Amino acid sequence: MKLKQKLASYRKHPGSFLLMLLVLISAVFTVSVLVYLIAYILIHGIPYLTPQLFSLEYNSENVSMLPALINTLYMTGLALFIAVPVGIGSAIYLSEYAKKGNKLVKLIRLMAETLQGIPSIIYGLFGMLFFVGTLKMGYSILAGAATLAIMVLPVVMRTTEEALLSVPDMYREGSFGLGAGKLRTVFRIVLPSAIPGILSGVILAIGRIVGETAALIYTAGTVPEIAGSIFDSGRTLAVHMYSLSREGFHTNQAYATAVVLLIIVLLMNGLSSTIAKRVASKNK
Amino acid sequence: MIQKKEKIMEVLFLVTACISVVAVALICIFLFANGFPAMFEIGIMDFLSGTKWKPGNDIYGIFPMILGSIYVTIGAIIIGVPIGILMAIFMAHFCPARLHAILKPIVDLLAGIPSIVYGFFGLVVLVPFIREHFSGNGNSILTASILLGIMILPTIIGVSESALYAVPQSYYEGALALGATHERSVFSVVLPAAKSAVTAAVILGVGRAIGETMAVMMVAGNQARIPSSIFKGVRTMTANIVIEMGYAAGLHREALIATGVVLFIFILIINLSFSLLKQKSEVA
Repeated sequence: MKLKQKLASYRKHPGSFLLMLLVLISAVFTVSVLVYLIAYILIHGIPYLTPQLFSLEYNSENVSMLPALINTLYMTGLALFIAVPVGIGSAIYLSEYAKKGNKLVKLIRLMAETLQGIPSIIYGLFGMLFFVGTLKMGYSILAGAATLAIMVLPVVMRTTEEALLSVPDMYREGSFGLGAGKLRTVFRIVLPSAIPGILSGVILAIGRIVGETAALIYTAGTVPEIAGSIFDSGRTLAVHMYSLSREGFHTNQAYATAVVLLIIVLLMNGLSSTIAKRVASKNK
Repeated sequence: MIQKKEKIMEVLFLVTACISVVAVALICIFLFANGFPAMFEIGIMDFLSGTKWKPGNDIYGIFPMILGSIYVTIGAIIIGVPIGILMAIFMAHFCPARLHAILKPIVDLLAGIPSIVYGFFGLVVLVPFIREHFSGNGNSILTASILLGIMILPTIIGVSESALYAVPQSYYEGALALGATHERSVFSVVLPAAKSAVTAAVILGVGRAIGETMAVMMVAGNQARIPSSIFKGVRTMTANIVIEMGYAAGLHREALIATGVVLFIFILIINLSFSLLKQKSEVA
């Protein structure tokens, strides 16, 4: 009956029917693009995920991705090591210390928003000029990580701030009431209750770092070997994939690398949204 | 003692909060200081409106690249914006809650896929498709536009969807009560009410599209000349930097950094208009 009513209404209002159709089509389009992309990469890539691709040595015959994978781990760890404390510190200042309507706070927010809108190639240029050039780090994991740390800083800042703001004020009041100072309240009461939210932001940042290419080519370089120290150059997985697909001799291996990249990023995304969801349901 | 510690930590938090301000300042200083001298040396007008880019002959005109960036961005908007907004409408007003729970992570996934993977997908799927079904060799404005259109979808969907949710339910109910169909209520009452935030979403999409580097570079053909049709290859400002920075030296290198400066100014303008619009939509 309900369906019949709807059909009758559409017959009377063909414009509405058309709109509904358009909306449906774009929904189907969006979903099928994603499904097609992922399926295509997986189907073409998985057969080439051979054990040789995970050998420790990279050479022109066996374009192993393991060195790049290890570099990616270094890069992620180091970038987070820089970005997470700074991001959390900023968020603590913004949500716990700053007075409402403070000019500085407005400026900080505006700048964080600006950072978020800057494309990765600009970060790459800046990293090349500042970290690689002026600070004389050379093409190195450190220069790449420092560049990426600035890039993901607004992500960590924003999610942490949201997490801190969602901690109920009565927690703070309770802590103050028991005689704890501000600092103690922040570290013992507010931060622990905000950890899941912060974590989901950090994981989001990991996803960005792992997938980044343009900011790394001219900061961390493209050396396909395991970086001996943070002052050595080394390519991450995404840069590795770029090199493979650009050379054009190793398309199959590029597919395989894409599979690994996709899986990492999908995993990170899934993890982040699961945690975020759990936080949301707890807050209700 | 405790008081002192409190004070020290507060200052420390303040310092971390200021890092994002410092970062933006450093990025501006280093880009401008390294880019502007080259612009003056080449001549600002010659640099911006010169149609020939021949580093070998010391001729640096980035007009074709500016045009290239604008063309692919317009293309991406034409493809991505209608689909994105319709998808947002579908998610906010058409789909049942259970479907929404599936669609939301799908959109997040689209946002999480690294641009290098998008680029590779474009290279192995879209380029051959365009080559076979349209004219040209497949590396074209059209290909880049389609790929970018897909890539900006999650941005447009995310911001538009929350804009639609922000419209009071009473608007929709009022329209229904006046006898409008569900579609008509959504499209002629709810959507116009969310107009400025949806515009902000589009601007954010423009920022993403114009700053995208790796994906565009892999499918756009990268010829540094003004294209004669949408089936011809084109080089964007971002691609110009990545392609030539590896071997550039002297004035050539500085001209590339100056290309980055022009891109950066575009981005800053886009960011600023986004912030203004967002403020406006929050006030309204």
